[in-house]
Amino acid sequence: MNTMTAPTAAPYGETRGGLPPAAVVAGQAASKHLIFSLGKEEFAVPVSKVKEIIGMLEVTPVPHTPEHVRGVINLRGKVVPVIDLRSKLGVPAAEYDERTCIIVVQPEMAKSVYLIGVIVDGVSEVMPVQSADIEKTETFSHGLISANYVLGVAKIRGKVKILLDLDCVISQADLRQLV
Amino acid sequence: MATLAGLCANIAPAAQALGMPETAACAELLAAQIAAPGPNFGAFLEQQIELLQLNADTELAARLSQQRVAAGGPAEIFQDRSMIGDFISEAREHLEMIEVELLRLEQAPQNPEPIHAIFRSFHTIKGLAGIFNLTSTRDLAHEVETLLDLVRNGALPATPALVDVVLACADRLGAIVNLLAEDTGDEGVALPDNTALLERLRNQMMPPDEDPVPVVSAAAPVPAAPSNVAPAAPSNVAPAAPPMATFAAPPKTAPPAPSMVPAAVETADSDPAAARRRSTDTSSAQVKVDTSKLDFLVDMVGELVIAQSLVQQDPSLTQFGDPRLGRNLAQLGRITTDLQKTAMSLRVVPIRQTFQRMQRAFRDLVKKSGKQAELELVGEDSELDRSIVEQLADPLMHMIRNSVDHGLEAPGEREQTGKSSTGKVRLAASHQSGNVLIEISDDGRGLNRAKILKKAIERGLIPADANLPVDKILELIFEPGFSTADQISDVSGRGVGMDVVKKQIHKLRGRIEIRSEPGIGTTFLLRFPLTLAIIDGLTIRVSGERYILPLHCVQEIFRPEADSIYRVNGTQEVVMLRDRVIPLLRLYKLLGRVPERTDPYSGILISIELEGRRYCLLVDELLGKQEVVIKSLGEYFNAVPGVSGAAILGDGCVGLILDLDGLLSQEGLDAAA
Repeated sequence: MNTMTAPTAAPYGETRGGLPPAAVVAGQAASKHLIFSLGKEEFAVPVSKVKEIIGMLEVTPVPHTPEHVRGVINLRGKVVPVIDLRSKLGVPAAEYDERTCIIVVQPEMAKSVYLIGVIVDGVSEVMPVQSADIEKTETFSHGLISANYVLGVAKIRGKVKILLDLDCVISQADLRQLV
Repeated sequence: MATLAGLCANIAPAAQALGMPETAACAELLAAQIAAPGPNFGAFLEQQIELLQLNADTELAARLSQQRVAAGGPAEIFQDRSMIGDFISEAREHLEMIEVELLRLEQAPQNPEPIHAIFRSFHTIKGLAGIFNLTSTRDLAHEVETLLDLVRNGALPATPALVDVVLACADRLGAIVNLLAEDTGDEGVALPDNTALLERLRNQMMPPDEDPVPVVSAAAPVPAAPSNVAPAAPSNVAPAAPPMATFAAPPKTAPPAPSMVPAAVETADSDPAAARRRSTDTSSAQVKVDTSKLDFLVDMVGELVIAQSLVQQDPSLTQFGDPRLGRNLAQLGRITTDLQKTAMSLRVVPIRQTFQRMQRAFRDLVKKSGKQAELELVGEDSELDRSIVEQLADPLMHMIRNSVDHGLEAPGEREQTGKSSTGKVRLAASHQSGNVLIEISDDGRGLNRAKILKKAIERGLIPADANLPVDKILELIFEPGFSTADQISDVSGRGVGMDVVKKQIHKLRGRIEIRSEPGIGTTFLLRFPLTLAIIDGLTIRVSGERYILPLHCVQEIFRPEADSIYRVNGTQEVVMLRDRVIPLLRLYKLLGRVPERTDPYSGILISIELEGRRYCLLVDELLGKQEVVIKSLGEYFNAVPGVSGAAILGDGCVGLILDLDGLLSQEGLDAAA
């Protein structure tokens, strides 16, 4: 009796997280991605990793941290670190404007729950990305962006979206060296 | 009275039907007694009702355990982790209570109240152990119960030796509970062998040979006041009648009876203060809440306060000039303030529990050292931050150990100097000017200054020709590697001494002071902030960013006088302040910021003291003094040198709280260079 109810209970919890469970588990069908821009490029990250999107806030710099770590913001009482994706990926810096926003993500590798903000030029839409559309390119080189941060590219309606490896972008590896 | 008799008469067949023969017999006897009251009726009634309750409990527990065994064997019981979890937490609560009450009993062996409480606690543990089929545990609790029953009935005096044995049994039960708590539930737990303890218990039960006078006096309070108890007991039992009447269906309804009866006895208690204390103990209802939930609540209330002040100060609102809006906003403000006060009070707890742990440790220490001493606790209700209370136990324990081991003299030596042979150690907590003050004092021999000085010179802590003032000599005991004990004992004197204590206290943002008079005693004074969650800070501006400087480090704030800043050796800047040369540190350099201005004469200097050394920090602007809620920078930043945390400032932005220790450590200075 118990073994019957358990599997149905778990996906129910997951769907409340905002993503159809089948897409995550199988990886075959379409999974929803958030599309955002950085310079002329468009990037895609799975919405399952995104907690929320907020407008630009005042950032308090933290001393003795790398250039791309902009500092911390007050997210409804939580102190959340933010990194600048342009700076992290080596894209030339630009002034923040009214389109600039912070994508708040929750790192998967973290043992405890914490959040990180990623500053991008602007978000455009949420769209399904078919796994068939994704080209896994080991030797990917797209302008200045290092291949380390790219999972692949997807062509959707004739336009190229770069699938960004969020976990790699927000990893603390480069932070440890400095401290 | 008739109701009571009727009730008892009903209980008997009901119990018989449930297969609880002892309970039935007990109820029958009680019914017969009520029908024909004899002498000392009140006391007898009280005892019998309690006995009835106990029998009902035990037999019920036994039946339950039988049913469980019949249903699926003992293995299944262990699989039920949540149930065993309940057992563990309940048993721990009772063991804690047993410890407290035993110490009370030891101090006042004549008082019947503690023995009743201890008895009840052991009984509950026994019942619980029975349900979980922990046979050896149940038997141990049962033996203790038997022993306590003899004391309760006045057959045995409550001697210190007896208290010792009961404490040892409580410790063993605690150890068993801990074993169960660690058990993963894969297989049964190997429980310790209780044979030796049981032997000790049975030895205690041998009636003492000497004059039985103390026995009579121990049992005296109850029979001495029969006229008081007799009318009180039935009137208190009567309200319990309706649930008792339905006894046959759910036998659980028995518990109301004993809880009413002891209350009735207390009214006749010779110590009204104790009775009052007990009644307040039972009336304070409490809820156990996950601390992370509590912290989140406090955080959110902090945000609410900031959000509220943002709305209230919004200039567009004042444009309306609507009096009703103003009133409503003011009302919101009041509610928010009240809410904040309450939320803050959630973080503080009374120091009682930590003090009680000391009492137990003290007792063992005194026994071991062969000295005579008593511990006086004062102000256990003083409240302070939960995390301070938790982390205070170790340093306190160490200082109490020191007091017993080094401070107090042996009884003979004390008598020679005209002191009472029993030493006194006092542990007191109080609130003083926004701080919590904790005093540990003894009336022992005091610190030997010559010996401290000699030792410090021997250990190379100070030069041989050093000429130190008295208070500086005393402070030498806080130096690492300093220990004045001539011999290393089991109790103290392992060389990890007061320096560790001082470090721990500093970590809790506390300060420590010593006062000592030769031959009169030693007092340690500890001062702590009320809470660690809030820090009194000085908001400063350095190259366009705001930072918070902990106020307790700040000594002086001043503008540098003309020509008071020099360069020494071409590198280190210093400032002359009243004929003292103090190193000058530019904060923007330490923080790796691009300076707005570099002229030190246009800025403000803040003089700080850190581990006895003074520094001056150059800042651009002083923004004010403010209490802020400390928040962690989070897991992403492992450790930022020079930053201890962050705070949400009045306008909703984040300000970093500077950690002067880290900032001025070699690491911090290197990072800046």
